[in-house]
Amino acid sequence: MELHGIGIGQGVAIGPVVRMSDPLPEPPEARSGLTPEQEGERARVALAAVAADLTARGARAGGSAQDVLEAQAMMAEDPTLVDDVTVRLADGKTAERATFEAFAAFRDLLVEMGGYMAERAADLDDVSQRVVAELGGLPAPGVPDPDHPFILVARDLAPADTALLDLDKVLGLITSDGGPTSHTAILAREKSIVAIVGVTDAAGLSDGDTVILDAANSLVNSDPDAGALTAAEARIAERAARADAPIGPGALADGTAVPLLANLGNADGAARAVELGAEGVGLFRTEFLFLGSSSAPTVMQQQEQYTRMLREFAGKKVVVRALDAGADKPLAFLNDADEENPALGLRGLRALRANEDLLREQLTALANADATTDAEVWVMAPMVATVEETEYFVSLAHELGLKTAGVMVEVPSLALLADRVLAHADFASIGTNDLTQYTLAADRMLGSVAGFQDPWHPAVLKLVGEVGAAGAALGKPVGICGEAAADPLLAVVLVGLGATSLSMSASALADVRASLSRFTLEQARLLAQAALAADGAASARTAVTDAAANLTVPA
Amino acid sequence: MAERTVRIGSAHGLHARPAKLFTQAAAGSGASVTISKAGGKAVNAASILGVISLGINHGDEVTLAVDGDNADVVLEELSELLLTDHDE
Repeated sequence: MELHGIGIGQGVAIGPVVRMSDPLPEPPEARSGLTPEQEGERARVALAAVAADLTARGARAGGSAQDVLEAQAMMAEDPTLVDDVTVRLADGKTAERATFEAFAAFRDLLVEMGGYMAERAADLDDVSQRVVAELGGLPAPGVPDPDHPFILVARDLAPADTALLDLDKVLGLITSDGGPTSHTAILAREKSIVAIVGVTDAAGLSDGDTVILDAANSLVNSDPDAGALTAAEARIAERAARADAPIGPGALADGTAVPLLANLGNADGAARAVELGAEGVGLFRTEFLFLGSSSAPTVMQQQEQYTRMLREFAGKKVVVRALDAGADKPLAFLNDADEENPALGLRGLRALRANEDLLREQLTALANADATTDAEVWVMAPMVATVEETEYFVSLAHELGLKTAGVMVEVPSLALLADRVLAHADFASIGTNDLTQYTLAADRMLGSVAGFQDPWHPAVLKLVGEVGAAGAALGKPVGICGEAAADPLLAVVLVGLGATSLSMSASALADVRASLSRFTLEQARLLAQAALAADGAASARTAVTDAAANLTVPA
Repeated sequence: MAERTVRIGSAHGLHARPAKLFTQAAAGSGASVTISKAGGKAVNAASILGVISLGINHGDEVTLAVDGDNADVVLEELSELLLTDHDE
């Protein structure tokens, strides 16, 4: 039987199911034999113990898990919750019942709110279970720890569970609840664990069942036959070989070079990106230098940070994006006025141009850092809409000593006039996330229109093709630096449309490298044509998947 | 008592991590702080559950009210936290 969910990543896993233990029973409503004060003391001790335990787990886990565990610890000692418990105790309830009810009340509130908040309900349930267990002297509910590798099946995993999960034994994760932003999904992405979340029928899986998890296709096969198992094993072996394969530069099957670059937000991720074979940086975001400060950092401060980053990439290309403020990342000193439509407002280059001193300082700091290091520095402006803006930015960057200056193509107007844009710019880099948002007129921050945010849409691909064609005609590089480049099959289509380099999060490099090596440039162009001929995003994906299956790598 | 209305900078609104940072700061300030959405009830800003239950999203306007010593300084620090995008 096939169970459907939302696959995280591209992996496949086979293994025996181990179910997470069921939650503790609801504490009975019987009246307490103790006084409210005595019960209050029991509740206080238990809440403090659970908070201390969660904080300690956080310290051991580190990273993003620590934040979540600390947030849970704060929930256990929340003043509003304690007030609520006290009121319930005054009615003669036990500490178990009173804390259970108080947590449940907040939980229901979160579930009612839906979306992201509803997914946080699991955090609260977990704290509630831990407190009830603590009061009863029972072991805290947690992940099973069998002596063999297993596929963990759970309702949803709380951060306290996932933080201390023995990852060497976990072959994969299946959850019945939880969406793509749940902790299970975040953990799976961070640690590259094969996972499928939101598998509503997962309740039917029993301990010991052998299942196939196919995250790439968002499927769980709950009773695989010998053929399915052999096919899945082959895919696992193929993927392992790919990860272990010697890391070479990105290239198509016919040898056409397609440099694979990393997207980075600060210098910390640089070493890992190089390890995974990044041939440079295709998008270095500079917002981290500015966020959280009420004024811009000085030229010296910026120069220090840029130098640190550029040292990691000696002899390699680093494309730095000028400060991209506005819309999803407002900065106090740049975006002071309220806007009705911030995505269409004073953001990106528009905001920089309105604060030209800031732009000059950033470009100066970058040029200084460039002069003292061996990386090949390119600079580009975000949210450019016109040829005139292109000329403005490119000539300012050149004037301040940066040799290679280009623009990000995120606004359809720029893609449509790509030949005129690239007559001025040294290169173009396509930001597929914003290009999709603006082409489909769908706010990428808004869950209700999230369905439009799909870079496979032929209208988006057509615009990419315009830029690719202009780049080829003028001999100017055209990079891709959005999520689209991390999709192994779409990456091939983008190259077929004229992209000359691809930039993505470092964890996606291996899969994209392997995918590119399966197709020649001519085949990539055929796949691009198949995508362009489709009516919509879903049919473009299907058409290319089918066409790719019929192509074989030339001997 | 010092009051200010600010817009939320975090891309996902004031949920887990930003809410934690904010309530920690509010609890650590020593002052009595409340937070409310326009027209809504004010909750204790040191209560993470109270803050999360307001369902504050990116771009929402919220009002902070601070009572106590250094109210202006606390207000300034907390406003800054709310304006910052902690999700990127």
